[in-house]
Amino acid sequence: MDHSIYRSHVLICTGTGCVSSGAKNIKVKLEDELARFSLNKEIKIIETGCHGFCEKGPIMIVYPEGVFYCQLEEEDVVTIVEEHLLKGRIVDGLLYKEPLTEESIPAYQDIDFYKKQERIVLENCGKVNPESIGEYIGLGGYEAAGKALTTMTPLEVIETVKQSGLRGRGGGGFLTGLKWQFTHTAKGDKKYVICNADEGDPGAFMDRSILEGDPHRVIEGMIIAAYAIGADEGYVYVRAEYPLAISRLEKAIEDAEELELLGQDLFGSGFNFKLNIKKGAGAFVCGEETALMASIEGKRGMPRPRPPYPSVKGLWGKPTNINNVETYANVPFVIKEGAAAFAAIGTADSKGTKVFALTGKINNTGLVEVPMGITLREIIFDIGGGLTDGKEFKAVQIGGPSGGCITEENLDLPIDYDSLKSIGAMMGSGGMVVMDEKTCMVDVARFFLNFTQNESCGKCTPCREGTKRMLEILNRICEGEAREGDLELLEALAHHIKDTALCGLGQTAPNPVLSTLEYFREEYEAHINEQKCPAGVCNALASSYQIDQAVCVGCGMCVKVCPVDAISGKPKESYDIDAELCISCGACADKCPVDAISQG
Amino acid sequence: MACNCGKEQTNLEKYLAPLKGIMKKYKKEEKYLIPILQESQDQYGYLPEEVLKEIASSLDLSLSQVYGVVTFYTQFHMEPRGKNIIRVCMGTACHVRGGTNVLQVIQDELGIESGETSPDLKFTLETVACIGACGLAPVIMINDDTHGRLTPEKIPAVLGQYLE
Repeated sequence: MDHSIYRSHVLICTGTGCVSSGAKNIKVKLEDELARFSLNKEIKIIETGCHGFCEKGPIMIVYPEGVFYCQLEEEDVVTIVEEHLLKGRIVDGLLYKEPLTEESIPAYQDIDFYKKQERIVLENCGKVNPESIGEYIGLGGYEAAGKALTTMTPLEVIETVKQSGLRGRGGGGFLTGLKWQFTHTAKGDKKYVICNADEGDPGAFMDRSILEGDPHRVIEGMIIAAYAIGADEGYVYVRAEYPLAISRLEKAIEDAEELELLGQDLFGSGFNFKLNIKKGAGAFVCGEETALMASIEGKRGMPRPRPPYPSVKGLWGKPTNINNVETYANVPFVIKEGAAAFAAIGTADSKGTKVFALTGKINNTGLVEVPMGITLREIIFDIGGGLTDGKEFKAVQIGGPSGGCITEENLDLPIDYDSLKSIGAMMGSGGMVVMDEKTCMVDVARFFLNFTQNESCGKCTPCREGTKRMLEILNRICEGEAREGDLELLEALAHHIKDTALCGLGQTAPNPVLSTLEYFREEYEAHINEQKCPAGVCNALASSYQIDQAVCVGCGMCVKVCPVDAISGKPKESYDIDAELCISCGACADKCPVDAISQG
Repeated sequence: MACNCGKEQTNLEKYLAPLKGIMKKYKKEEKYLIPILQESQDQYGYLPEEVLKEIASSLDLSLSQVYGVVTFYTQFHMEPRGKNIIRVCMGTACHVRGGTNVLQVIQDELGIESGETSPDLKFTLETVACIGACGLAPVIMINDDTHGRLTPEKIPAVLGQYLE
């Protein structure tokens, strides 16, 4: 182990987001530069997990000052080494700038994106090297497991988790402690715990970041759960699309086994626990717990009716506890700090924090962890920095293909499991996609239905056939071929499927349609009655763009971006759009510096 | 694939030798079917019929059961695949930020539709529901590399990196 003392630590994010923006090259460059100035004994580079601020990657934080540099290029590394690390001068040009005020913010904790966050689950993400078990233990890791296994009975653990009010973070929001109690009481010689890391909701990536950034926290949560219910074996079911998460988890399990934090007689308590990884093979429905278990058993991942619930009859017919990644990641805090500390955060019925994946047309995309009860306005405008290009807010879609849309009028609602449900959305996995005036809500509903229809496993008729018929209607509406009574039929089908589908995937598939119908019915009607797409998205209905000759300055920027060469004219005079060729993509209107282009 | 010049049996044995190596690592239990299929596909690039037959008989499962699993999961393929696998993300964030245009440009560049493999076996083009890199939307994955913040203009250069 390395015991040297360094004067500075440079943290480089190597989550999937930053790696694809070039973080690995930044690291290599930094190593070279440090070597060039013989600083490698004074300054230590640490690869960390995700900081959540993927939009601004690659990200580097220099400690002890806590200076946050973002969107780095290789040549910036030279400047940082020469200026900051050698001379102690902060490089102003590479700091983060608040999108609204353009002000440069040097310190990590002063950035609006981080200021309003409260981090329990993501506490270590971006701070520790996820491949070092020593760093996790150094920050108090595995203390909670030790406390549970050596000083508490399984029932005391269950009682604590119940008292804390922790609810399942995978979408359903069922009380975690109660679920554990059911599995604990169920009769069986063999029991299992499973971690559901088959994060398939489009627009959600918190589970991936937790596994990539702090895998030991999840393992520790699973050890505690296994002890509480009396399981000696566990599975983490991870999507095959997450190769980095899988490799970090493999390393973490190996290291934990070496230190006897997994295996036989943990903490001398006589309790044994073996943890396996199971890679998914690409099926969204496997995020449904009974389908997931079928998949672990080596079968087609199809759901089965419940009851019996997995807590009674689960994997290979044995009592099984399934929670999702984020739920397990909350458990060490609950045990270590106590139920009261956890219950102090949040609202009356939803305790603790929730991680949201903030994406879409918003300035600061990324992962945020906020206390339950925060308002959407705070998340979108204070943390998220508002909409891109100063566009008008239209709606935010929460909960992915199972969720719904929330509009301006509900922006100040404190969000928790129950308040979201009351307005037709749901917490789901916590994907949050922000939409502006240029997003067509019918198209969004069609997008989600297309997704669920594709992913329907085909076992039950309402989901297999019903979503297909719904999708056909939506396609007709978007193509301007809607028939009379289509909206009513769409609504009736939606309610039938909700009531009769076999599993959660089918039962919630109509939600995006029902919710957009409730809040944006006039948009559907405009498509049907006026053959118009108000947002200008549905190509079949969009009218072509026109250039106002009086305003056009002849700069020619529109010509360059037109993908179909529909624009012609003379530079410095004026341009014209051929309505026959125009596909109404709007690229020209976005580029025009004098707003001369509009839809006719 | 085995040729027809009278040595089919030996050729087939040679062809299946790597698979036998994979099978040795696992106990003969149904729960290992998916990991075995995953490893075999890494080895062969796809899952040819001969391989599936061999897996079925050594796990003591019916071929139809194995076929059922292979066709259920999108990760498994029974046709040869390109050297480079392009996965275009069709997730919500990518959709809202123009993922469809990105797909269109890639299709035009390669002259193949989503789900197809180029005749020279250089590229296979697929769409996926969500890669989970929404902060970088629109995103594609080529093999294990993620390419984010794409625009139609950037596509030719990105594809070019994979053409030697």
